[in-house]
Amino acid sequence: MKAHFKIKRFNPEKDREPHWEEYELEVEPTERVLDALQTIKWEQDGTLTLRRSCAHGICGSDAMVINGKNRLACKTLIKDLGSHITVEPLRGLPVIKDLIIDFTDFFAKYRSIKPYFINDEPPPDVERRQSPRQRARFDDTTKCILCGICTTACPVFWADSRYLGPAAIVQAHRFLFDSRDQGAEERLPVLSAHGGVWKCRTVFNCTDACPQGIDVTGAIAEVKKLLLFRKL
Amino acid sequence: MEIHHHQYEAVIVGAGGAGLSAAVYAARGGANVAVISKLYPPRSHTGAAQGGINAALGNLEEDHWEWHMFDTVKGSDYLGDQEAIELMVRKAPEIVYQLEHLGLPFDRTPEGKIMQRPFGGHTRNYGEAPVKRSCHAADRTGHMILQTLYQNCIKEGITFFDEFHVLDLLLEDGVCRGAVAYEIATGDLHVFHSKAVLFATGGCGRIFSFTSNAHALTGDGLASVYRRGVPLEDMEFFQFHPTGLYPLGILITEAVRGEGGVLRNDQGERFMERYAPTIKDLAPRDLVSRAIYLEVREGRGIGGKDYVHLDATQLGQAIIKAKLPEIADFCRTYVGVDPVKQPIPVKPTVHYAMGGIPTDIDAQVIVDDQGTPVAGLYAAGECACVSVHGANRLGCNSLLDIVVFGQRGGVRLAEYVKGADFAPLPPEPEAWSVSQIERFLKGPGDHQEKIGALRAEMQELMMRDVGVFRTEEPLRQALAGLKALKARYQEAEIDDRGHRFNTDLLEAIELGNLLELAEVAAAGALNRQESRGAHYREDFPQRDDANWLKHTLACKVAGQIEFSYKPVSITKFQPKERKY
Ligand SMILES: Cc1cc2nc3c(=O)[nH]c(=O)nc-3n(C[C@H](O)[C@H](O)[C@H](O)COP(=O)(O)OP(=O)(O)OC[C@H]3O[C@@H](n4cnc5c(N)ncnc54)[C@H](O)[C@@H]3O)c2cc1C
Ligand code: SF4
Ligand code: FES
Repeated sequence: MKAHFKIKRFNPEKDREPHWEEYELEVEPTERVLDALQTIKWEQDGTLTLRRSCAHGICGSDAMVINGKNRLACKTLIKDLGSHITVEPLRGLPVIKDLIIDFTDFFAKYRSIKPYFINDEPPPDVERRQSPRQRARFDDTTKCILCGICTTACPVFWADSRYLGPAAIVQAHRFLFDSRDQGAEERLPVLSAHGGVWKCRTVFNCTDACPQGIDVTGAIAEVKKLLLFRKL
Repeated sequence: MEIHHHQYEAVIVGAGGAGLSAAVYAARGGANVAVISKLYPPRSHTGAAQGGINAALGNLEEDHWEWHMFDTVKGSDYLGDQEAIELMVRKAPEIVYQLEHLGLPFDRTPEGKIMQRPFGGHTRNYGEAPVKRSCHAADRTGHMILQTLYQNCIKEGITFFDEFHVLDLLLEDGVCRGAVAYEIATGDLHVFHSKAVLFATGGCGRIFSFTSNAHALTGDGLASVYRRGVPLEDMEFFQFHPTGLYPLGILITEAVRGEGGVLRNDQGERFMERYAPTIKDLAPRDLVSRAIYLEVREGRGIGGKDYVHLDATQLGQAIIKAKLPEIADFCRTYVGVDPVKQPIPVKPTVHYAMGGIPTDIDAQVIVDDQGTPVAGLYAAGECACVSVHGANRLGCNSLLDIVVFGQRGGVRLAEYVKGADFAPLPPEPEAWSVSQIERFLKGPGDHQEKIGALRAEMQELMMRDVGVFRTEEPLRQALAGLKALKARYQEAEIDDRGHRFNTDLLEAIELGNLLELAEVAAAGALNRQESRGAHYREDFPQRDDANWLKHTLACKVAGQIEFSYKPVSITKFQPKERKY
């Protein structure tokens, strides 16, 4: 089939403002949007710039706005969109070029919640025990691939860039609900501070968009509850 | 283009499982280390690994490192170095416990221990029956390893240069002096002066068209050291994983068969019973991939086409949801198949490079059969060849390899830099890198050849002539074809002449690396006149231990590939016929 792509382009080396460019090409309906974007790059316009690596939704490189929604280009099939496809960079973070956004702030916030296992007790010679139930407690948030889709779909984040954003909170959840972790005291101040969980207005954009199907809003709610409980 | 200068005792190139393990242990050993990666670390392809990591923990049934060693040696078709294999499998339980202590969320047994499952080629009591050896976190084990290691690098405060693409290794008079990297966001060059460099740049599956490997797996590290005169080992051995999702090539983990899935041909027959009567669908990958090709050749592909079915319907909803959620998601998303109800269409997909940069068991790069090291040069992970996988890697042994030898490399790196000085940089360390970039940025602009088209031609050629079945004539044609492609590459041009995030330029440079490696792989395949593991010559269908029980070293001398050889370390298990 013929597909018509409208892509938001911006190269600060040349352009003062972002602008739209249009491309037409033959595609298979079962192709990924990523395949089509690469065909455009390889056959029509090598200056079109995007990030990609795994091409099957596990590395988190190619998050972008496709037909108005945040999605991974490699996990979105043409047939689910129709022949007219609009592609833009994620919103709320600075654009470096075309579909490439600057992730510096995103990863700085990720780091701020201490995204690592904290338990200073000397470990046993074998594994630390954890029951299947305890393991299931935080399973959902271990799936996060740090693609940035949730954070850049969040109207609170667009309005206030100090907000940690859902992705950082998801990462905090992964440790806070791990029975082996003892880092809650270190993490909770960041989460309850000004840009922390209380900013969340439960808009659910994050949950709707997460390509890993994580219940992001639910995770944020659980962190909120944990904070309330701790304060009492 | 600005040139920036940095000095670190040690530089690690690559931030997948191997690079990050090395970084954690180099830092703990007191080295001042920087990690350079062309992708953000959590985007590395280690995150794609699904099935698991092996260790004879015996959490669910009896298991021993000796059995693991035997399976790995036999799986390697006796080309794996037994000293290295023994070290790896003996270390495996400790490594898995360490990962758990670093926070890795493994699946658990009812008693709260690490969960294990069977995988291809792993057996009880030297080949009797499949054994539960693969430690896993659903079908996201690689994701969990990558995340856990990255998290611990953050904890250690390690310095990262994210989205920096290494172009060149600085190596003179057999002494490593650092590396040159291109900052993708700005187009600036960075010269890293260091006492030691460890390459952990992963695989190069993108020399083929149908692959489970990420777009970024272009073998940059391999090509960089090869261009600087370091040989590459056993590059003719490329693993085809039997179950790539048809028609995309995305991996469908062997864990599907580990959990009880079976392969079926067009007649619905479980054909692996004929090829490997004892362990059937859990035979090693080289055997299963050849079996699928043969079924297809004999007209038993599904609907006469070039794929077969992986049937997991008997597993039921609960197991698929709990143990194989990602796989189910891939099948539904990409081909509209629900594995609970329908069989999955699969075809062998290019998966893993057994060969690589030759190293000893401390990740130290060695260049010949005498064990001569290159001072300060290290390699670990898929880009290295220790060799623990020989002619065919067993499932779940790579994640083990990258963590074991990544860690050993990190420890060794820290020791080495304590005792070594900074060797002086060559006069214009960035010269070669500048020339590569300028050739593309300043070309005449008359567009003779396009990078994308050349790459596609190379990938098709490799798939056709250097695939699962190989013979002399097609291999000769492949080499001639690659030579022609290399010549046309010299004329190729790019559209993007800018400095900011120029991925057009990087893809062009990556293609240069791929072409180099495709040639080494094809030449090695032509050179090795026997069949062993993943390398199958229809004109030499037998394994030939008398002449070929040895590693190939391919070296670039005056633009030509020269072969030399290295003996295999054989300690506990003498080569035997390989039957399953
Ligand atoms: C789909 C899939 C599933 C797999 N499943 C399993 C499994 O279940 N069990 C198992 O044991 N093995 C599995 N494997 C194999 C295993 O995952 C890989 O061999 C292993 O993860 C490779 O790790 P690595 O650290 O060597 O490389 P990678 O994780 O690929 O990392 C390479 C790193 O190098 C960097 N890099 C590359 N070039 C440059 C450059 N020029 N400059 C700077 N940085 C650079 C990249 O940015 C990246 O950080 C699987 C492989 C695939 C493809
Ligand atoms: S929670 Fe989901 S959307 Fe957000 S970063 Fe993680 S994977 Fe992406
Ligand atoms: S390319 Fe990896 S998530 Fe899309």
